[in-house]
Amino acid sequence: MRALRRNVMRAALTTLGIVIGVAAVIAMMEIGNGSALAIQHTIATMGAYNLMIFPGNALLAGISTGTGGSMMLTPGDAEAILTDCQSVTAAAPVVWARAQAVYNNLNWQPGNLLGTTPSFLDVRDWSDMAQGNAFTDRDVRNCSKVCVIGKTIVRMLFQDEPPVGKEIRLMNVNFKVVGVLKAKGANMMGSDQDDIILAPWTTIKYRVSAVSSTATTSTTTSTASILPSQVYPAAQASPYPVPSASQQSDTPQPVRFANVNQIVVSARSAGEVQSAIEEITALLRERHHVQPGMPEDFTIRDMTEMVRTMSSTTELMTTLLLIVAAISLVVGGVGIMNIMLVSVTERTREIGLRMAVGAQSADILHQFLMEAIVLCLIGGAVGIGLGRATSVLVRLIKHWPTVVSLGAIVVAVAVSALVGVLFGFYPAWKASRLDPIDALRYE
Amino acid sequence: MELLELRDVCKTYHLGEMDLQVLKGVTLSVAAGELVALMGASGSGKSTLMNILGCLDRPSSGEYWLDGQEISGASANERARLRNRLIGFVFQSFNLLARTSALDNVCMPLTYGTEYIHEHEMREHGTEMLRKVGLAERMHHQPSQLSGGQQQRVAIARSLINRPRLLLADEPTGNLDSRTSEEILRMFRDLNEKEGLTIVLVTHDPEVAQHANRTIRIRDGLIAHGVETRAEDAHK
Repeated sequence: MRALRRNVMRAALTTLGIVIGVAAVIAMMEIGNGSALAIQHTIATMGAYNLMIFPGNALLAGISTGTGGSMMLTPGDAEAILTDCQSVTAAAPVVWARAQAVYNNLNWQPGNLLGTTPSFLDVRDWSDMAQGNAFTDRDVRNCSKVCVIGKTIVRMLFQDEPPVGKEIRLMNVNFKVVGVLKAKGANMMGSDQDDIILAPWTTIKYRVSAVSSTATTSTTTSTASILPSQVYPAAQASPYPVPSASQQSDTPQPVRFANVNQIVVSARSAGEVQSAIEEITALLRERHHVQPGMPEDFTIRDMTEMVRTMSSTTELMTTLLLIVAAISLVVGGVGIMNIMLVSVTERTREIGLRMAVGAQSADILHQFLMEAIVLCLIGGAVGIGLGRATSVLVRLIKHWPTVVSLGAIVVAVAVSALVGVLFGFYPAWKASRLDPIDALRYE
Repeated sequence: MELLELRDVCKTYHLGEMDLQVLKGVTLSVAAGELVALMGASGSGKSTLMNILGCLDRPSSGEYWLDGQEISGASANERARLRNRLIGFVFQSFNLLARTSALDNVCMPLTYGTEYIHEHEMREHGTEMLRKVGLAERMHHQPSQLSGGQQQRVAIARSLINRPRLLLADEPTGNLDSRTSEEILRMFRDLNEKEGLTIVLVTHDPEVAQHANRTIRIRDGLIAHGVETRAEDAHK
């Protein structure tokens, strides 16, 4: 140990190799992991972790209605999925509708008019709004006439006007625009994701869809005392005669079907998509009282292609990082070996003297090996500090995401000690083989 | 009692095809408590003989008895242990560790001893040795801060720390001026007379050899006979 203190400069230079090696490993790992996470996040934004649950096929007298035929899926299912399934981070029910949107003298047929809950934005990674805010769970409970619109709708209906606070008309119902979604562009299939209007599912189901399908259903509950259809004339005339009051009381209509067209779910990570599917299947079978052995009354779809893209990207990043890390450490190790060899030559006389006063070759081997290991460990420690500093600096200056990697730190220390032993052994062995007579006479 | 005894010791170096016989049957003995000078011209086999005496090398044939043991066949590790326990070395070029305090230099051989010595005890022992050579107040100085004579005294303190039976001094005054040489040689005499330490002074300088009670001459790998005196020195 004293030998190291005696020649601080040389020790520092020797260590520099390992310092740079370890620092490179740590910095690369942290920046790389951050980037990998950012890439994963980007792919996740595209919906790679998303699962879609559709009501299953209902057979009516042997005739299949196709996907979506049964009416078994409820918002309660979405809530149950979120609370009971470990692998799920968000779940939202979705109700589809189709209606013309009107603002002043402009109109537009939105590609997607969805009734849902605020969780939908979490599922689709869309929580940051461009303007305004999302509607709330309270709006959903209250059947509020509010909506959030996509960029395309803004362009088509509002042009240069700020849309937040304005009212648009859907099926003769006025919806107040509370927020504008960030632009997402086209999805993988090329359809415009910004051509969208989101509103509370209760509002869409009971005020918009209800108008178009069961236009004259008057027996609604307390939330809506006056149906829009009573205020405004219905869009299309009913083909049936209006029932009288006594007829109505004789044939009470089933009220407020709470079935939804779809539930969208977001899994925690790519790896948990499969377990999420299993959990949801088990849960929904139980909730829907599906007997064992019977087919499910729902179908779950995942984004297999995107998940595969994501896992291959992650794998690629990890491999790349490992290779870079390995190269840096080998370079550092060779640096250590070089300087240790020089040090052995330079200290030949010292070795001779130590042998003359009774050091055995094992003592010399031990001494040089210890020096190498201590240098590597010190280098490792300094390297960790430097690496962390670099990654912090990168985060502060370039605003790149970084992730502290405990694994990288452990591996770097272990490897630097190993490098010390491996690359320190040859010079140490060489020193221990010296003949004390020659070593003493060495100039 | 003889401390060391060489019987018909030969040393042959193999240089490629050629065999070079450096020692051609040396027989000599040194009693405990003697101060002997070993003289010879360069190329006479003087250094080889000294290496064998110091257990740094081993003879090709012959017997070497040191302190009652026959050690001509000892392994490298056994010889290292013998050097540590029985022999102290003083070199022409001091061979102190650079950038290391005098005290640490003196204590260095203790770290290679067979039994464990506590750090504190080691320092105490080292300080005592430095006091003996008159450098107690300089024990924290590094070699570069000491004069040649002082450095050699540190080296002597180092050679004495394991209480050796034999002190081998290889041209100990070769790098010193005549006045400091005188001091060092007087120190050797004192050690020999007061503590009964056996000393072998290897030198080619008749002035130095004069301090010994006996001079052994070596010439062409053999002991030159006519041992005791200084009269023959002239032609060297």
